[in-house]
Amino acid sequence: MKRFTELFTAIDHTTKTSEKVAAIVSYLADSDDQSTLYAVALLIGNRPRRPVKTSDLKAWAVAAAGIPDWLFEESYHIVGDLAEAIALVLPPNPLSEHDYRLPDVIDELSSLPERSDEQKKEVITDYWQHLGKDERFVFTKLITGNFRMGVSRQLVIKALSIHLGMEEAAVAHRLMGKWVPAAETMASLFAEPEQGNRDFQPYPFYLAYQLDSTLESLGDIRDWYIEKKLDGIRGQLIVRNGRLYVWSRGEDLLTDKFPEFRPLADTLPDGTVIDGEIIPWQDGRPLSFQVMQTRIGRKNLSQKSLQEAPLVMVCYDLLEWKGEDIRDMPMHYRRNLLETLLSSPTRHPALLLSETMPFSNWGEVAVFRRQARDFHCEGVMLKRRDSAYGSGRRRGNWWKWKTDPLTADGVLIYAQSGHGRRANLYTDYTFAVWDDAGTLVPFAKAYSGLTDKEIVELDTWIKRNTVERFGPVRSVTPHHVFEIAFEGIQQSGRHKSGVALRFPRILRWRRDKKADEANTKADLLQLIAAMENS
Amino acid sequence: MLKFTERGIYCPQADMYIDPWEPVEKAVVTHGHSDHARWGMGRYLCHRLTAPILRLRLGSDIAIQELEYGKVITANGVRISLHPAGHIIGSAQVRLEYRGEVWVVSGDYKLIHDGVSEPYEPVRCHCFVTESTFGLPVYRFPEPALVFPEINRWWAQNASEGFNTVLLAYALGKSQTILRHLEPATGPVFLHGAVANVNSALEGIGYRFVGERITAETDRKALSGALVVAPPSALGSPWLKKLSPYRIALCSGWMQLRGARRRRGVDRGFVLSDHGDWEQLNHAVAATEAETVYVTHGYEMPFARWLREERGLRAHEVHLQSTEVVEGDL
Repeated sequence: MKRFTELFTAIDHTTKTSEKVAAIVSYLADSDDQSTLYAVALLIGNRPRRPVKTSDLKAWAVAAAGIPDWLFEESYHIVGDLAEAIALVLPPNPLSEHDYRLPDVIDELSSLPERSDEQKKEVITDYWQHLGKDERFVFTKLITGNFRMGVSRQLVIKALSIHLGMEEAAVAHRLMGKWVPAAETMASLFAEPEQGNRDFQPYPFYLAYQLDSTLESLGDIRDWYIEKKLDGIRGQLIVRNGRLYVWSRGEDLLTDKFPEFRPLADTLPDGTVIDGEIIPWQDGRPLSFQVMQTRIGRKNLSQKSLQEAPLVMVCYDLLEWKGEDIRDMPMHYRRNLLETLLSSPTRHPALLLSETMPFSNWGEVAVFRRQARDFHCEGVMLKRRDSAYGSGRRRGNWWKWKTDPLTADGVLIYAQSGHGRRANLYTDYTFAVWDDAGTLVPFAKAYSGLTDKEIVELDTWIKRNTVERFGPVRSVTPHHVFEIAFEGIQQSGRHKSGVALRFPRILRWRRDKKADEANTKADLLQLIAAMENS
Repeated sequence: MLKFTERGIYCPQADMYIDPWEPVEKAVVTHGHSDHARWGMGRYLCHRLTAPILRLRLGSDIAIQELEYGKVITANGVRISLHPAGHIIGSAQVRLEYRGEVWVVSGDYKLIHDGVSEPYEPVRCHCFVTESTFGLPVYRFPEPALVFPEINRWWAQNASEGFNTVLLAYALGKSQTILRHLEPATGPVFLHGAVANVNSALEGIGYRFVGERITAETDRKALSGALVVAPPSALGSPWLKKLSPYRIALCSGWMQLRGARRRRGVDRGFVLSDHGDWEQLNHAVAATEAETVYVTHGYEMPFARWLREERGLRAHEVHLQSTEVVEGDL
């Protein structure tokens, strides 16, 4: 635990990616194979499920610290992070010589759900007693379930690539899917897989950056495939040895969530991997993302929900064909195979081809992108015809070009303190628009979009202009106006304003506007009507 | 004996205010930080070592009555004396006694000796007015004896990797504590003007600290491998440019929380405070043997409730003027 905590601290102490990679490489060099596997799993966010209830954890910490519940709650509110608050209130233990192996700790935590509450308490309190302050924090963080190491997957891949002397793309591939460190060895994970034993494993997704240069700089439009950018779930559909696996980009295995795709196990040839967008689809066009969300959230899929949100995969790439990894082949080659596959008369109706748009010049692309919402998409994807299928987010060959967000001006009415880096600062805001009666009704919550400097300035203002406090929330004088950007808007019975926004965030602080110049509920309803008519 | 008024803590019998924030005729000032020592008082009463700091900050023409620790003056029957608070050089607790009743106003204090200021001494009293800057159990600081070696090691490591080291610490108090504990063999020590000014004022009363003032003439090459002490306000200012390449750390009790450090965007946070932590506050309250405690400056509500419910004291929270900015610890 000590060495792993050092790694955590080293990563936490720097913002420079080169130093983060160096810290990981040095950890890998110091560690045995098993510790390496467990650490890598944690670094890429593959952690054990939460072994105990948060309320139990709090109760045990309060007992061990010998303080009343309310004082712990006060402290927790100030710290903003449960694991950190617990590590800090426990009796100091600065010079602990005790150390534990990371794999042993994780294995013990993984075994906790089967044990009695009394045993759980004993195990965890015992660790707390014997770990030093920093190790206590990391240990408790592993339990509270929001453990994040502050490194991107790409950096972990880079470090492993240096450590193993293996190409980054190969490392990235081996790390895909939800593997369990206890069931792996370095060899099973990183050596060339034997036939059949890693059938489930998806390829790393190739991700595009938002276009940040002019279209003209991309050169001849004939060198590019241009597709609609759909607003579904990016997924990979795998058929190997008669079995189907559907992975989301977030590396969740969602096969069971999509019964529509089940027949593909029999109809697609073995050794087929398709990359595409999983999206609810009816009458030749996509349904809104909300429909998808409701469906994904369902524990049990009823016949009704299957009918309300019938899913398809709009396929845009073929990564494996007849068992062969064809990601290095140019896109036009892959695309031809994909088109052939999908034009087969036995094609399953749940598989659609992502059409390429027949634009003849960049100006047409720009016009289309501006009106993208009218065409049920959120912009365009630009993919170079001769590009290989890369790994991770790369610049150059694939670009996304999203349409401008919708916006509305709202008045700040509530603020709540944030967590982690933003603990103790009012950073979570609620914005309101005016209704017909001249009352402000909340319509959006947003956490991001301001600079650190603006956050501090607004925080000071909030503290001085608080009207009322409700626990961690303060209501403030309606004064400041912010331009809120969002990707979609829908009528909603659950919100006071009658609308629900998708991805709201702060676009800018409109210091030039007074509160009464903010938008109205009527404006928003009009916006919805206009979109539905399109 | 004391009242908490709009202008500050007031003793009607002696007609004196303690650390008032609005101009009054007679002010007892516990120490030289700007949220305690303010401009515009008719007369200042403070410890001898606080006097040069007041003159530096408030002007050389102010009327000051200097007092030694433990020496008693009487004002309309109230016996007033100052006692070491261990916060910064010259910092004092104010003891007031009238007809057998004793009150102590702590000012800011810490119990751990910093090697520079006169160490804190507990003063028995009936009523204790205590600060509570770090009055929550999450604020239990590491021993400074463990922090200073950490600072020195970090400096040496930075120097060996080709970086200068910048320590952000409040100019009056913490800067001197740090300067006293640096490992001089590691490299040269430089000072921001604000720190150098305080050091010059303290030289007048016999203190000597390492470090050379950075001026427009200072050669950048001379800064190679150096440690520079600057006030927190230097963070993000163009003044820092001259010091690059550097790594920067903030020295403050607030650095106890990870979020606070990350928000400031510094490379390191050293937990080093001139205020007492949770343990010290509790220790100090117990040592006064006071049965009534007034809690100000900080986490008044939880600390007062804790003293009431868990320590059986008559503890009250007192909200003095807006204390959202406390100078001593940022």
